[in-house]
Amino acid sequence: MGLVETAVSPWGQTVPIHIAFYLMWVAAIGGLAFLMVHAIYVQFVAAKEAHAAPVSAALAARIPEKVKRHSGVARIFHWVMSVAMFALLITAFLPRMGYPFAWVTYHWIAGLVLTASIIFHIFHATFWMDFWSIWPDKIDIEDAKRRWLRATGKSAPEPRKFAKYPMENKMYHMIIVLAGLSVSITGMFMMKRVRTPLFTRNPYIFGDMTWGLMYVLHGLAGVGLIGLIMAHVYFALRPEKFDITKSMVGGSITREHYLEHHDPERWVVTSTK
Amino acid sequence: MAIIRDIMPAFELFQPATIVDALGLLDQHGSDAWVLAGGLDSFDWLKDRIKRPKVVIDLSQVGELKGVREVAGGIEIGAMTTLTEVVRNPIVKAKYAILAQGAELAASPQIRNQGTIGGNVSQDTRCWYYRGGFKCYRAGGNICFADTPTAINREHAILGADRCVAVNPSDSAPALIALEAQMVIRSAKGERVLNAEDYFVGPAIDIMHMTVLKPGELLTAIRIPATWAGAQFYFEKIRDRQVWDFPLMNVASAMVVNGGNIERIRIVVNAAAATPLRLTAVEDAVRGKPRNTATGEMAGKLAIVGAEPLRYNGYKVPLMRNLVKRAISGVEEPKWA
Repeated sequence: MGLVETAVSPWGQTVPIHIAFYLMWVAAIGGLAFLMVHAIYVQFVAAKEAHAAPVSAALAARIPEKVKRHSGVARIFHWVMSVAMFALLITAFLPRMGYPFAWVTYHWIAGLVLTASIIFHIFHATFWMDFWSIWPDKIDIEDAKRRWLRATGKSAPEPRKFAKYPMENKMYHMIIVLAGLSVSITGMFMMKRVRTPLFTRNPYIFGDMTWGLMYVLHGLAGVGLIGLIMAHVYFALRPEKFDITKSMVGGSITREHYLEHHDPERWVVTSTK
Repeated sequence: MAIIRDIMPAFELFQPATIVDALGLLDQHGSDAWVLAGGLDSFDWLKDRIKRPKVVIDLSQVGELKGVREVAGGIEIGAMTTLTEVVRNPIVKAKYAILAQGAELAASPQIRNQGTIGGNVSQDTRCWYYRGGFKCYRAGGNICFADTPTAINREHAILGADRCVAVNPSDSAPALIALEAQMVIRSAKGERVLNAEDYFVGPAIDIMHMTVLKPGELLTAIRIPATWAGAQFYFEKIRDRQVWDFPLMNVASAMVVNGGNIERIRIVVNAAAATPLRLTAVEDAVRGKPRNTATGEMAGKLAIVGAEPLRYNGYKVPLMRNLVKRAISGVEEPKWA
């Protein structure tokens, strides 16, 4: 029982054709196990989060009651992408789970929506947002080390508060970028294999081995997204993260949440606009 | 690729004597089991070593699955009834002649003596890339070798293709759909009865199967209601070799004509897509119209809307148009008129 299924091509080459489909169950069960372990850890083991450098009263007074976290455009992008992502996961895996339906057209349409939203996000984040705010910086890495040492009972200075995005947010974003770009880029090429009104079908633009590896990468990223989306939904629903989730609807977090979790020097807030 | 060998590969053979025993075995072995009816489709797969079942369940000893019976409101044909028995059955000939015609045009007399009605409707596609052992979509791969720029695809689909372009090769299936037949499917869990047109599944929904049969399930009988008994029927099959061959295309229609006008009709074309195609748009368009050549012409044009021929099967578009035209008008014309 391998991770990848292979076939013999008409020219006698053994080539990969796609991932073994049991991996979707591995991803789902792995994701569920992670959620359970995390929930138990947070409930019974983890110490209360401690941060260095409390915010001065003068600085706190400058913070507005509502702190803008996501612009309207960013929120629309997030929800469009989430609908596309759920549509992709449902159309990809439900037929494999024994609920057959005509999924291909819905799948590539959702894939186009996802790809378009990713392209939009890249431009939007590059030119209209603080591009580097979502990528881990030196302080994030140092603080991650401190948290790890403290969580394992070793002595370490208290970590600082987060910038705009917590470290786990940034790590998740990095992984979802890899998985999302993998499914999106391979998916766009795979559209040449099916009949759509957009492309002339031509399965010969790549050799069998290249196609096979593309299907494998698409599949691995796809099953990876099962676990990633499960984790995303789980964290979005956790009580301590729910303010952040609400900000993806309303756009803002409260001053209290901001002051408790964020470092005003690393995430400078001047107004609610 | 496929190598035809003279001897059968090893498998465990079961020959149940009752439906209950057969269902028990199917339940026990699930997807490892291969159902053997007449064997005419199965033996190619098995000898070519393309399908490698661990268990073969031979239904030839199950008497309950054989024969044509009159039931309230129609007839019931056991799935293991041979095509010859169907063709020769006096009730079928008298009331459901379209089925007798379709079954009689399947293959050769020897094959019809051995082949069963259940096997004929449940047989796999004849796409030679698939049957040749190429790992195509239908075989679990990620490509259709018949739908490439250089593929030889003269016999393939012009309608309903979704990645795979294979067609359903059955001659009895379109006749059964035209007759509003129902398929009786049994498993260890119980029985379900489907309209014949719902028995077949296209690649958009299940690219690896031709029918909705799941592991553990068995087609036990086909019920034909009296709805169309004695109606005006039309069956025509076009094939390369007139002696015996799979259809390039066939058409089956059943209609009730009143005062020269078409009162009720069902028309089905096969070998144009992965499933037999019931042409409901044509049925709606011709209902109430006179049964003549003009109506046939109109129906033929309507039937081919949306057809997407491949490189070598463009001829199927006018073929389908003309078959539908002839089925509707009921006029025997010189071929290729």
